[in-house]
Amino acid sequence: MSALSDQLVTFAILAYLVAMISHAVEYALGNARKVPAAAPARELVGAGVGGPGGTVEEPATPVTPAATRAGRSAARAALAGRIAAWITVLAAALHLGAVVTRGIAAERMPWGNMYEFVLTVTWIGAAAWLAVLWKQPSLRRLGLFLTLVMVLLLAFAELKLYVQVVPLMPALQSYWFIIHVSTIIFASGIFLLGVVPAVAYLMRAGWEQGKRSFPYTLARRLPAAAGLERLTFTLHAFAFPVFTFAVIAGAIWAEAAWGRAWGWDPKETWAFISWVVYAGYLHARATPSVKRNVATWISVVGFLTMLMNLFGVNFFFTGLHSYAGV
Amino acid sequence: MTTVDDRPAAPPAGAPRRRIHPVLALLRNSWRQLTSMRTALILLFLLAIAAIPGSVLPQRGVSPEKVNEYFVDHPDLAPRLQQLGMFEVFGSVWFSAIYLLLFTSLVGCILPRARDHVRALRMRPPAAPKRLERLPQHAVLEAPAAADPEAIAAVLRRRRWRVTVRGNEVSAEKGYLKETGNLLFHVSLVAVLLGVAVGSWYGWHGNRILVSGADNAFCNTRQQYAEASLGPRVDSSDLPPFCLTLDRFEADYLESGQASRYWATVTVDHQEDGSTRTAGFSVNSPLRLGAANVYLLGNGYAPILRYTDRYGRTQTSTAPFLRSGDQNATEEGVAAFPDANVDPKTGKRAADQQVAFDGLYLPTAPDRGPYLSSQFPAERNPAVNLRAYRGNLGLDAGIPGSVYALDQRQIDNGKLKQVGEKLLRPGEKWTLDDGSTLEFLGTKPYITISVRYAPGQSMMLVACVTLLLGLMGSLFARRRRVWFRVSPPVGGSPTSGSSLVEAGGLPRTEHPGFADEFAQLVAAVSDDGRDDDRRAREGDE
Repeated sequence: MSALSDQLVTFAILAYLVAMISHAVEYALGNARKVPAAAPARELVGAGVGGPGGTVEEPATPVTPAATRAGRSAARAALAGRIAAWITVLAAALHLGAVVTRGIAAERMPWGNMYEFVLTVTWIGAAAWLAVLWKQPSLRRLGLFLTLVMVLLLAFAELKLYVQVVPLMPALQSYWFIIHVSTIIFASGIFLLGVVPAVAYLMRAGWEQGKRSFPYTLARRLPAAAGLERLTFTLHAFAFPVFTFAVIAGAIWAEAAWGRAWGWDPKETWAFISWVVYAGYLHARATPSVKRNVATWISVVGFLTMLMNLFGVNFFFTGLHSYAGV
Repeated sequence: MTTVDDRPAAPPAGAPRRRIHPVLALLRNSWRQLTSMRTALILLFLLAIAAIPGSVLPQRGVSPEKVNEYFVDHPDLAPRLQQLGMFEVFGSVWFSAIYLLLFTSLVGCILPRARDHVRALRMRPPAAPKRLERLPQHAVLEAPAAADPEAIAAVLRRRRWRVTVRGNEVSAEKGYLKETGNLLFHVSLVAVLLGVAVGSWYGWHGNRILVSGADNAFCNTRQQYAEASLGPRVDSSDLPPFCLTLDRFEADYLESGQASRYWATVTVDHQEDGSTRTAGFSVNSPLRLGAANVYLLGNGYAPILRYTDRYGRTQTSTAPFLRSGDQNATEEGVAAFPDANVDPKTGKRAADQQVAFDGLYLPTAPDRGPYLSSQFPAERNPAVNLRAYRGNLGLDAGIPGSVYALDQRQIDNGKLKQVGEKLLRPGEKWTLDDGSTLEFLGTKPYITISVRYAPGQSMMLVACVTLLLGLMGSLFARRRRVWFRVSPPVGGSPTSGSSLVEAGGLPRTEHPGFADEFAQLVAAVSDDGRDDDRRAREGDE
């Protein structure tokens, strides 16, 4: 079962990679303004669920000879995008299979070490992305960045973090393990997804302000900045209470396991830092005098602190949360 | 009281034209600065940045031994960092300054907001603006089913809007929960901080090793702890009287050496009422005594070593050996016999005839040497690998030293000499060069425990629950207003006699779904009776 899980991870990485290439083809071929993206995308994800962002800003394509060529290329781009989205669905299914088989092999929740943690967080990110895509098909082009993140994180997990299946150490044998770790994973997965529209927004907003230098040119074919910004906020506003709950659950567990609810262990310290930064983002976002791109930068910093907590703390610091198995 | 807006009038300070004292003006302006969102954001970021050294540098509260190591490794830098409080970041003046300012700013922000909110809750929704068509949402209903203000109000009330009717106008508002939640969240944060404060003032904790057996029992007094810390409002005499005896300690291990279960069984002697009881506890399930909790932090073995000196007098040491850190429970420790070789005739103690042994305890020793590390954490093939020393142990010098290591200075200056080295298995006897003997009789398990009393925790727990509830209210509730104005029938209308209703909607916070909600509301007013079918159909989508 453990070997099956490992194979599924490999296949999932390959599938994300193919999805990424397909998204890249979509990106290279299509021009957002001329692609009738909304209609096919909606077909793809199941008819009739036009979310608030389901309306795309492009005007109807004028039927001129020049436009027919562009239209053909746009149709091909839309096809590539649809294929990419379906392959992402396949990849997420393989990915879920990998998580589940890992759990069956270990006879416990598959969150006992850093490898399993990253495996599950990325799956949450992918699943949440598919949910967003279902609601707002017009955001499909973000898939390029999301699949890139998936490939990088999963490949890193498989190459550098991989460990054999072992049972949980006594310190982790508690029902709080399920409550605390699952919510941390869930929140981390949503924050992971949240950074994708955040970065895309920063680039797109620059493009819309007329910046034509390198990172902004990437955003030429991204969805409109306002929608990206709203998605960034929605995801963070959703993840933040979950993260808060997870940290509180961790404190309750720490009281039972270590005798104190909060002891400034490096992991706790960085969770505190992330919490404070994300709280800062939500405040900045709610304050009209703070510019939206400043607020979005804060959310990106928040994500960096989450990364620091996962990789930096596990690799460089020793503390009580030494379960990474690396 | 029919104010158009529920926003408070400008602060009274600005209204009267009287000059105020410059000091007061400065104070007022500083207060305004401090309570501004901009300052709060900056303080939040300072707080995040200030916490970073607390994770990068070792902290006394978390790992004092690592701080000492840091001082050895960085003799120049460490004292300077010490002056800056870098080894106690979370108790340092600057960290406290940041969070106290932040909380002051927070209180200064939420008090006026709470006042405004209470006022808004008691006020009726404001009157409709003159020109409803200027609002973000606007609709004109011709011949609606609910055509008089009271009927419209009824539709709105069914949808849980707060409604007021003024003549031909209906005003309604919804989403007060947002501000309620917002305030609850911030008040809860203050409560969490108070809980922390109560815990640190009135709480105490102590750590120690507890070796199994009745003769090693410990009673809850400050002297009995290896390391103890009492809050400023706690006196040594406040510690609740109870004694603990470790009866049994069980540990299960996987073949890989990873532990799978620990269980400690203790006898608790409540000295107040003289009752005793047996209780078990483990990692993740502490022993809750009411007056304090006992947490299992670690475990190990204490070798029982019997030394018979050259005069034939025997002494037994059951000193715990400490885990060196590997997974297979290799332990290091010392058995010291400072009262060895006292001449029974004269009763005089020869200061250079003290004896001590240091070395390793291996629960599962390898079959052949070197006997430097254990092969498994359980006792499958136990052995001690000891060095014998004779001389002056340096215990009388009055310099505090570790009881788990010999005084290296005494060895370096030749006052304490190594006189042999040997591996002993249980029951084996080692005869030293002067005819004295050491027997390894076996081991006793020990546990490392932390005994803690942390008041304020239940307060923090309650505060955390309200914090979460408030947070969700503040993030997911949305404040919005709608108005309906019923106009008398317009002349020439085909359905003469029916009235015209104009509607306007204003989301007071970002609310992408407001247009849909407004449309549904307008449809509900037009259809009135069919309202419920419509809602049912929407639910299916």
